Amino acid sequence: MAADIIGEPARLSARDRVRRADRGGGNSRSVPAPLLVPAVVAVAFLVLPLAGLVVRAPWGHLGAALSGADAVQALVLSLWTATVTTGICLVIGVPLAWVLARISFPGQRLLRALVTLPLVLPPVVGGVALLLAFGRTGFVGRLLDDWFGLTIPFSPLAVVLAETFVAMPFLVITVEGALRSADQGFEEAAATLGASRMTTFRRVTVPLIAPSLGAGAVLCWARALGEFGATITFAGSFPGRTETMPIAVYYALENDPDAAIALSLLLLLVSVAVLASLRDRWLRGGGAVQ
Amino acid sequence: MTGQGLSVDATVRRGGFSLAVAFEVPPGQVLGVLGPNGAGKTTLLRALAGLTPVAEGRITLGGQVVDDAADGTFLDAAHRPAGYVFQDYRLFPHLTVADNVAFSPRARGLGKAAARAAARDWLDRLGLAALAGRKPAELSGGQAQRVALARALAGDPALLLLDEPLAALDARTRLDVQAELRQHLAGFAGPCLLVTHDPLEALVLADRLLVLEDGQIVQDSTPGRVARQPATEYVAKLVGLNLYPGRADGAAVTLQAGGSFTVAGHGCHGDVLVAVRPSAVVVSTGQPHATSARNNWPAEVTGLTMLADRVRLDLYGTPPALADVTPAAVSELSLAPGSRVWLSVKATDLEVYPRDHGRPG
Repeated sequence: MAADIIGEPARLSARDRVRRADRGGGNSRSVPAPLLVPAVVAVAFLVLPLAGLVVRAPWGHLGAALSGADAVQALVLSLWTATVTTGICLVIGVPLAWVLARISFPGQRLLRALVTLPLVLPPVVGGVALLLAFGRTGFVGRLLDDWFGLTIPFSPLAVVLAETFVAMPFLVITVEGALRSADQGFEEAAATLGASRMTTFRRVTVPLIAPSLGAGAVLCWARALGEFGATITFAGSFPGRTETMPIAVYYALENDPDAAIALSLLLLLVSVAVLASLRDRWLRGGGAVQ
Repeated sequence: MTGQGLSVDATVRRGGFSLAVAFEVPPGQVLGVLGPNGAGKTTLLRALAGLTPVAEGRITLGGQVVDDAADGTFLDAAHRPAGYVFQDYRLFPHLTVADNVAFSPRARGLGKAAARAAARDWLDRLGLAALAGRKPAELSGGQAQRVALARALAGDPALLLLDEPLAALDARTRLDVQAELRQHLAGFAGPCLLVTHDPLEALVLADRLLVLEDGQIVQDSTPGRVARQPATEYVAKLVGLNLYPGRADGAAVTLQAGGSFTVAGHGCHGDVLVAVRPSAVVVSTGQPHATSARNNWPAEVTGLTMLADRVRLDLYGTPPALADVTPAAVSELSLAPGSRVWLSVKATDLEVYPRDHGRPG
């Protein structure tokens, strides 16, 4: 009777046993179709477009497509603006992360929410906001114009500002998380050894969170490199001045699809490289952002 | 009154916990701080180091007020001349041994070369020169402990704080390091506090013992006295004594746990503590008739534990007791849980002392 209810025990081959043991015990039986099918659809949806990009790439004359004056200019502009952006984010974003992680003050939660906002804000809205603040008639822009004769919009500086606005939260969030989870015992030890907070930050805290700092910087750089919405709104798309790679891809698609595909392929390559450099931090199973 | 040593009369609060202590440590003295987990030992060290400000009272070090809740004086950890050896050492993992030891001289303003030289001096003194280039991860427990001590001493502290310095070591290493540590502590000129919950460590390393329980000092005395005349059940257990609170009236002491003892002349009246070594408790299978022991009472064996070379009996009676006997005696008397026995203690083997003994104020 009991055997009827329980049913025949499945016969497991030795290999099945090993596989099940690896997956963590007997709970991992066959995958139910209502879960498996959508999962396969999701994978296909994510992978097929990328595959299309690779298949359609003008492999024969990739070099020629990429060496067009516009493409090279866009590439150079994108690389240096993303790098300068990362530098700015490190200089002002790391101290901000430290303040958020180590100091408690009223309005802290609100400040953290504000800092995180650009992560979810449509970039084009960021561009409009930047224009209203730093534009010729914006409340900061007007002063800059009056005092220094400095006009920011539609210049390479505008590209950097747009990228910084969008990319900085990635660095701040990563570094703040690292600071929070770092063992503050080391900072206490440094204090008992006579180190000021600044010395402790420089000689103990930063070296200890160096891996997260590196990861945050790479994420920030990658986000800056791919920035489109805020940049095109605030900086425009002047070839050689403000036309970054993503913007160049967008325009090239109309009159030189081969160049667009080649540029896209290049950006895809960069993204894969970024992922590879972060693999230990983000691609480990179930890895929460540390 | 305060002199050149350490003087503390303060209350420290951490979360819902409150520690209220008053004591002084003269220069060159090693004060052992003994107490169960949660007694406030680490809280005390943190307050002395300047990691936690006191809520009330003041701390004076070398004649200088370093923390005073009344007038707001507070010298923070970075500016207080206190060396702290943490229980988990907290050696900076990214720095070599030499750079760890040079950290404090550099932080206190020495140039790179001068700090290196100061570090080398301390590494030599503690026999660590050969390890100078290693990272903390490449050190054994005993080596890491010595580096932590060298790092704390290299800052030229006026006060040395050690939080269970040997707790992270295995038993074998602990004995070696203990002997060394004793030497180094003897060479330290300022007051030194050593937190421990190992009574042997306290007896070997400390000149004086402070016993903390529940944020209060329950005993402040020499290690010998604490071991002989423990003030609380906790300390008695640590040093392996039977302890009975009671009331003395002439040669008789009525025990709180029930029963009474006849004690030799001690001159105490009122609330007293009676301490008995388990080895002084004689176990017999029948009631002793012709005996010089003045205290005889029946009991039942409730447990037997094998110690190194003897067996400790848990005995339930009025009062209950621990008794140490030889394994041979256990077999000859056929002792087992449930055995009915008689216990005898000579009046001269009872240590009687006033109950408020060793309490401050």
